[in-house]
Formats: sequence, structure tokens, C-alpha cells
Amino acid sequence: MSYVTKSPWIIHYDGSSCNGCDIEVLACLTPMYDVERFGIINTGNPKHADIFLVTGSVNEQSIKVVKQIYDQMPEPKVVVAVGICASSGGIFKECYNVLGGIDMVVPVDVYVPGCAARPEAIIDGVVKGLGVLAEKRAAMDKKPAAAAKAEAKEGA
Amino acid sequence: MGKRTIVPFGPQHPVLPEPVHLDLVIEDEKVVEAIPSIGFIHRGLEKLVEKKEYTELVYVIERICGICSFGHGWGYCHAVEGLMNIEVPERAEYLRTIWHELSRIHSHILWLGLLADGFGFESLFMHCWRLRERVLDLFEKTTGGRVIFSVCKVGGVRKDVDKETLDEMVGVLRKMEIELKELTNTFMDDYSVKSRLVGIGVLSKEDAIELCAVGPMARASGVDLDIRLTGNGIYDKLGFAPCIETAGDCYARCAVRIREIYQSIDMIEEAVKTIPEGDIAVPVKGNAPKGEFITRLEQPRGECFYYAKGADSKFLERMRVRTPTNMNIPAMVKILQGCDLADVPMLFLTIDPCISCAER
Ligand code: SF4
Repeated sequence: MSYVTKSPWIIHYDGSSCNGCDIEVLACLTPMYDVERFGIINTGNPKHADIFLVTGSVNEQSIKVVKQIYDQMPEPKVVVAVGICASSGGIFKECYNVLGGIDMVVPVDVYVPGCAARPEAIIDGVVKGLGVLAEKRAAMDKKPAAAAKAEAKEGA
Repeated sequence: MGKRTIVPFGPQHPVLPEPVHLDLVIEDEKVVEAIPSIGFIHRGLEKLVEKKEYTELVYVIERICGICSFGHGWGYCHAVEGLMNIEVPERAEYLRTIWHELSRIHSHILWLGLLADGFGFESLFMHCWRLRERVLDLFEKTTGGRVIFSVCKVGGVRKDVDKETLDEMVGVLRKMEIELKELTNTFMDDYSVKSRLVGIGVLSKEDAIELCAVGPMARASGVDLDIRLTGNGIYDKLGFAPCIETAGDCYARCAVRIREIYQSIDMIEEAVKTIPEGDIAVPVKGNAPKGEFITRLEQPRGECFYYAKGADSKFLERMRVRTPTNMNIPAMVKILQGCDLADVPMLFLTIDPCISCAER
């Protein structure tokens, strides 16, 4: 893991999961898997978070909350969908109150498969998310420069 | 008398692993009233009976909750077996009981950790969850899954466990017990932990009965209520007696669950000693006949009902689960009245809420 140059903080929200994936997300933070040794911390505050871990699909009630949390997070941000519920609705896809995967509400960058997703897979997803985060950051750095150039051109 | 204010709690909150919302009416830091509102995780999975055959539905029912998933699978299978008059082989009942008690151990240790986190003892939380991984390893070894197992099926179980593995299981649990003692001693004897638990959130025996509390919540208030006493599975052969405390406060609820962990270890050892040889499942064919069947099961969180109604087809007509958390919410609202605002997260946790069970 020597290539982890940034320690992301994560925020976790349970869309409408069965708990299976939630406790696996928590298990990642506890001594057996212990992602805290890389400085990855689970925060409750969306404004502190870089990575948004969502478990479970969305329904009429949770759609607002997921959106709110996502909107509050500062750029750049990455969304990781944990478990098949979050990816597509999974086994509950046909339920009347399940709208589908998280990607119906917010753009998802990494999908972690599994029902329940194993802690190893979740950690892998977060590490993949780090790559995306770096890309987004680089794009952000470039953007203002490009915009300034375009403006300068227009002026001329 | 101060001014009344309403403080919203949740749905996304650091101490809550699951979304639930409480409106707390407070007056000078004291909670006057708590108004819960739920519905964030409702999926409507009972309706899936119309789309999945009764043999397949067990996968859905297991996913009502990832913590007591085995119990849900068992309860559902039991209801359907009752409906179809299927006699399950004894070895399967033993294996089911062993797995169910393992789930109880894992669920209670998980809860102890969350409680420790709730009152701000982070390292205790970490240690509880570290120990819990041993139980998950046992699950993985015997069933193949860590939290969702799918080993229970209508007519029996899907996997057999050989003698060596069962003995090894008992060995691991006994070893774990020694470490667990240190942790539970902290919960029971530590001065600062006690100051957070003793005398907080008292639920009297009358209230517990009146408000229909179930499981450890009721047992901590002195109500002698445990479905394992009615002898489902093989509990009558294991010398089971419920753990009862009388104080009704957070400390008593903690004590009940801790005693149940040790009791479950003893029961697993006893079951491993006496497990008979034989088949692990009987073949199940044909439609689920017309009729209905109700069964009950003691989940880690309390009494749980399973109701199945057949319609002489491959699909059930109705499947209903009444989960323990639903029954404990009125009791929780009661103990929240008059408590300090700072105690709310902890009191909320002492009912061992499982919102995904409650809303399904
Ligand atoms: S993916 Fe499976 S284990 Fe995870 S929340 Fe969904 S049903 Fe539960």
C-alpha cells in the first residue's frame, strides 16, 4: 500500500440495506482489517468526507438523504456502491419500494460486488476509489487553467 | 421551566449504523418526549412471495437482516415445514441450533461493541469487534459465508459439518471465552462504565409487560419470556434456562446479554457432544398446500413470529414476519422520556435496534 498518498475519510450511509453490508463496512474499520492504519477514518460529517460508501438500494424515503449527503460533500468526491443492492437493487430489485441501485440518484465511481460484500472487496473498492479521486483532483487543477486560457483567448 | 425545543436525531448520525429518525422534544437538556419515525429502509420484501417460489424465498427472508440472518432463514423454513407437514431430520435440527446460537454470540458481541462506542469507549468497541471475527471465521468455515449463509433450506440444512470441525469450533469458543471474560468484566465492573449504565433508562416489569417488550429488554426487567423455553429446535435437550435480571436499567440489559453469550457457548458444547449421526435434509417436492402455520423463534433481539399461508401452489399466498425491534420501540420511547440528551444514543442502543428487521 505504499502508493497511498492520501488518507481518505469516508462517510457511510445505509440506503435500504439488510445490514449485512453495513456490518462488513464496520468490520473494515475494526482491528481484523483495520483500515485506520492507513489513516482512513469513518466520519459522520459529510463535509469532512472524500469517499461516500453507500450500502443498500434507494427507496422513496432514502433518496433525499443520499442526495443531501452527496451534495454536502466537497469536491472532489468519490461514490463507492457496496454490495449488489447498492449496485443494482440485487435480490430486492422487484420489491415495490425499491427504486434500484444508487446510480439512479448519484453518479457511482466504483461498484463493489457481493452479497454481502466481503471486507477485502470493500477495501479494494476504496483503494480503487482513491485512484478516481486523484484523477478528479488532477482534472480540477487543470480546469481553472483551461478556463482562464479560454477567457484570455476570448478577450483577444 | 425552560423552553421546549425539538432536536432532530438521525437519519444519518454517527452512532447509528442504520438510518432512523427521532424527534426529541427537550426542555433544559432533559428529553420530554421522543417521537420516532421510520421507513428509511422499507423494501417491502414480504410481497416477494408472489414472485419467488417457496423454496427460493428463503434467500430473501434471510436478507431481512444481516445480523440474525440465520434465525430468519430457520424461522421461515420452520413455518413452511409446518405447513407442509415435513419432519426434519434430527441432525439438521442440531446443526440449526448450533448455528443459531453462534449467531446469538456474534450478535451480542457486536452489540456490546456498539454500546461501548455509544458511551464513548472506543478501544472497548474495537476489542469486541476483534473477538467477533473469531465467530465469523467459524461461520465461514462451516457455512461458507460471513454474514449471510444460506445454509438453511426447507426440509433441512444444505451443508453437513464433520466431527473434527465441530470439536474445533468448541475449542475456538472456549479459547475466546477467556478473552471475552476480560472484556465483559470491563462492562460489568469498570467504574466509569458503570456510571453510564447503572440506574439509567429504567423500565419496570409492569411497563415491560404493558408495552410488550421482548427479548433481553424484557428479561432485564424481570419478565420470564424466552421462546427457547417452549422447546423449538432441541433446546429442551440442552438444559436451557433463561437469563433474567430484575433492575431493568441499561446495566441489567447489558448483563443479560453477557450471560447469554456464555450460556450459548455452553449450549453449543452440549449440542456438539450429543449430535446424532444421520441425514441432514429430506427431499421436498410439490406445492405448498392450502392452510396456514405460525411459528415463533427466539432471535438474539427477542421473540420473532413467522406466519406462512399456502394456496396449493408453488407460491405462498402470504408470508409475514413480526420482528422483535418493532415490539421494543414503544419501550424505547418510554425509557427516553425524562433522560438526559447525552444519554439518548446509548439508551437507543440498549434496545439493540435492528431497523432493517423492523422495516423489512
Ligand atoms: S448486498 Fe446482500 S448483504 Fe448487502 S445489503 Fe444487499 S442484501 Fe444485504
